[in-house]
Amino acid sequence: MTSHFLPEPSPDASLPDGKGRFGEFGGRFVPETLIAALDQLETEYYQSRNDPAFQTELDVLLRDFVGRPSPLYFAKRLTEHCGGAQIWFKREDLNHTGAHKINSTLGQALLTIRMGKKRVIAETGAGQHGVATATACAHFGIPCVIYMGEEDIRRQQPNVQSMKMLGAEICPVTTGSRTLRDAVNQAMRDWMSSVAETHYILGSVVGPHPFPLIVRDYQAVIGRETIRQSEERFGRLPDAVVACVGGGSNAAGMFYPFVAETDVPLVGVEAGGESDQPGRHASSLTFGKPGVLHGSFSYVLQDEDGQTDDVHSASAGLDYPGVGPEHSHWKSTGRVEYRSCRDDEALSAFDLVARNEGILPALETSHAIAKGMEVAKERGKDEVVVICLSGRGDKDAGEIQRLKNEAAARRT
Amino acid sequence: MSAIDELFQQLKSEGKKAFMPFVTAGDPNLEFTAAMLERLDAEGCHLAELGIPYSDPIADGPVIQASYTRSLQGGTKLNSIFSMASEVTAEISMPIVTMVSYAIIYRMGIDEYLQQAIDAGISGAIVPDMPVDESDELAAKCKSLDFSLIQLITPTTPRDRALQIAKQTTGFIYYVSITGITGERTELPSDLADNLRWLRSVTDLPICVGFGISKLEHVEVLKSVADGLIVGSAIVRRIAAAANDQSNKEEVMNDVGGFAQGMLAAING
Repeated sequence: MTSHFLPEPSPDASLPDGKGRFGEFGGRFVPETLIAALDQLETEYYQSRNDPAFQTELDVLLRDFVGRPSPLYFAKRLTEHCGGAQIWFKREDLNHTGAHKINSTLGQALLTIRMGKKRVIAETGAGQHGVATATACAHFGIPCVIYMGEEDIRRQQPNVQSMKMLGAEICPVTTGSRTLRDAVNQAMRDWMSSVAETHYILGSVVGPHPFPLIVRDYQAVIGRETIRQSEERFGRLPDAVVACVGGGSNAAGMFYPFVAETDVPLVGVEAGGESDQPGRHASSLTFGKPGVLHGSFSYVLQDEDGQTDDVHSASAGLDYPGVGPEHSHWKSTGRVEYRSCRDDEALSAFDLVARNEGILPALETSHAIAKGMEVAKERGKDEVVVICLSGRGDKDAGEIQRLKNEAAARRT
Repeated sequence: MSAIDELFQQLKSEGKKAFMPFVTAGDPNLEFTAAMLERLDAEGCHLAELGIPYSDPIADGPVIQASYTRSLQGGTKLNSIFSMASEVTAEISMPIVTMVSYAIIYRMGIDEYLQQAIDAGISGAIVPDMPVDESDELAAKCKSLDFSLIQLITPTTPRDRALQIAKQTTGFIYYVSITGITGERTELPSDLADNLRWLRSVTDLPICVGFGISKLEHVEVLKSVADGLIVGSAIVRRIAAAANDQSNKEEVMNDVGGFAQGMLAAING
């Protein structure tokens, strides 16, 4: 069976290279204890790509359990509001569990079973990856533990409740900034002790090789569907494609199939937080430097001693001081343009889409929409801009209200 | 020949094993760390591991993590660690190696880091997040400067890979006793001695064992199959008492000194 959803050899299939490098970025900077498990994961992943039974099982799940393909939707009133190019949303928010994360957790849950591992751990920031992991584990009956920073538990309560109902155990992380970065640290430490029996379902295109490869490949369904749907709807490819970047999984999945289509501009949107000052944003590619964090060589926000900077974003899913190595590669080759979007711009975009389109986008996604509207305004009415609507924003309703109340209090 | 090679040659000729304490630089401050290193040297410890505090250590358990956090919150910077080390190494006889994340070495630059470390009288480095596959450049530069690059072998390392790691290692092999993060354990794995005997049969390098070691019973099991023992959390936990209460530094110094004496006596007594 030819898969509708799964990776085919791509023009850029030579990356990552044998050492897990995208150009100079990537690699494996983790303790020796984890190397054997990463080798096993890499071997099993490559074998699974050529295993028709594995591919069919995942294909059917993506269709019947997730609801793929996700629609490509014309945001008519938003387009009229902006007055530029047509704005289309790739509706990953309509996936089961409400975001793109499920594309990768189902594949990785199948890999867990294939490797004979009995337990899953994961980190989560916004909670979308945690919910998607808990969902995949409930589906297959695998025990799972989710590490989540205390600050993120506070601001993403609805997802915390969902994870618990799905049977996951939530481990609050109380170290450091108590956000995504600390959750990754704690998940890695769990894995150091449990590696023989446990698979770590990493949520983004970050971490040591082969995670950036595996997560990108499972998420690339987004870009492949977008290409097919664009050809059906417009008879051609879009004129620009925009996605938000924290670790960068939805963007990597959207962009990867477009990388060889060099006429299509790709725009990644990072969290600009409150200001350009260190500690007040999470724009690793815009303001960071190449360095090492969480097992990979990539752009990172660090001080002059190599200590990771504190970061800030209103959105828990983008509140991360690093970024996937393939994004660093795309930045260095100039294939993708990265812009930075402030908290208040994202909140305005959220309001606009809620009231003009009847869609509550995730706060993460709202960053992509804010800059996607900018891109649309730069272009003519006959052009098409596709924005990856990576997730739904129900989870953010409480936090957005709190941020608005704070802003109102500041004004008075 | 590096200071570490000389140390193990001498120990071998005396039929002795190394006791190697770990302390975090700047916990609770660098003045204390300097005094602690001098005390450990005076007690007869053979080598000290100086932990360079890092914001995101993934191989470390809660005790060492907390010491890194305390040190960084106290404002410890890399250049001040090197200044402290250069004063201390001039006064003591035991070699010092740094336990340091590659994130820190890369940010400073490999050449600059090695030069500063050598200028500070430091003899080697353990880089816990840089596996052998990524270590070519650093290993070559360390070799050319006669600076030891101590690499780690763990229970999850396949044997053919262990041989490859041993080839890239200088100074001594750091054998990680357990599959997990740093921290005191009541028991060590039952196959540890067998794994060490196998490693002994395939390399001439000294083999030192760390992670989890804290008790005199551990020493009994390991002293016949290892060339040295590394103890971290059991010491850092004692030092934490000085961080919480600045008035009892002398007491903490004596507590750690007494612990080191006990371990030294068990190893070579």
